[in-house]
Amino acid sequence: MGPRMIVDGKGSFCPGPLMELIAALKQVHVGDELEVLSTDKGSANDIPEWVRKVGHEHLSTTEQDGVWHIVVRKAK
Amino acid sequence: MAIEKTSVVVISGTLERLQMAAMVASVAAVSGHEVTVFLSMNALPLFVRGTAVRAPAEGEMGVLMQSKQVPEFKMLFEQAVELGEARILPCSMAMDVMGVERDQLEGYLGEATGLTKFLADVQGSQVWTF
Repeated sequence: MGPRMIVDGKGSFCPGPLMELIAALKQVHVGDELEVLSTDKGSANDIPEWVRKVGHEHLSTTEQDGVWHIVVRKAK
Repeated sequence: MAIEKTSVVVISGTLERLQMAAMVASVAAVSGHEVTVFLSMNALPLFVRGTAVRAPAEGEMGVLMQSKQVPEFKMLFEQAVELGEARILPCSMAMDVMGVERDQLEGYLGEATGLTKFLADVQGSQVWTF
C-alpha cells in the first residue's frame, strides 16, 4: 500500500470535492487510502454515500476547524 | 441489475439551470448511470467553442454562485463524459437554426442528434428537464 493520498477539495462546492476524489481514485491502486479535505458540509455527507454506492470503503469522517476529512479505501 | 439510465434535457441558458443540469449529469454518470444529455434552445449557444456568451444568473442564488468557488458547469459536463458513461448531445435543430457545425462546438460534445433518435435512445429512463 502506498502513502495515503491527500485530495484537497477545500473551498470548492458540491460536487467539486467528489469529482476530485473520483479523478484521484483512477490514479491509485486497489487497497490504497485517500483522504479528501472539504470545507463543504454537503460533500462531507454525500461522498460516503457515493463511496458505498459504487463499492469502495468509507473508513472515517472527521471535522477539524471547519475542514472535513473523509478517508476512503479503494476497494476495486 | 439493469443499468440505470438518466436523461437530462437542457433548454435554458441561465446559470442556475445549467449548473443543476451539470450536477445531475456528472453525479449520475460517476454513480454508474448511463447518462444522455440533450442540449437545445438557449442552452446550445453556450457550448460553441470560444463563445463570448456567458450564462446569466436567473436570481439571487445565481448571483451568489458567481462569487463562490462553484465548479464550472462546462467542467462538470466534461467530467461526466471523462469519468463516467455520459454523452452530451447537441440538438441538430438548434445547430441548424444557429448555423453551426459539429466542429464549432466544444470537443466533449457527441454527435448532432435529432429528437427522434434522442427519444428512442432514452426510452424507459428517468428524464430531467432544465
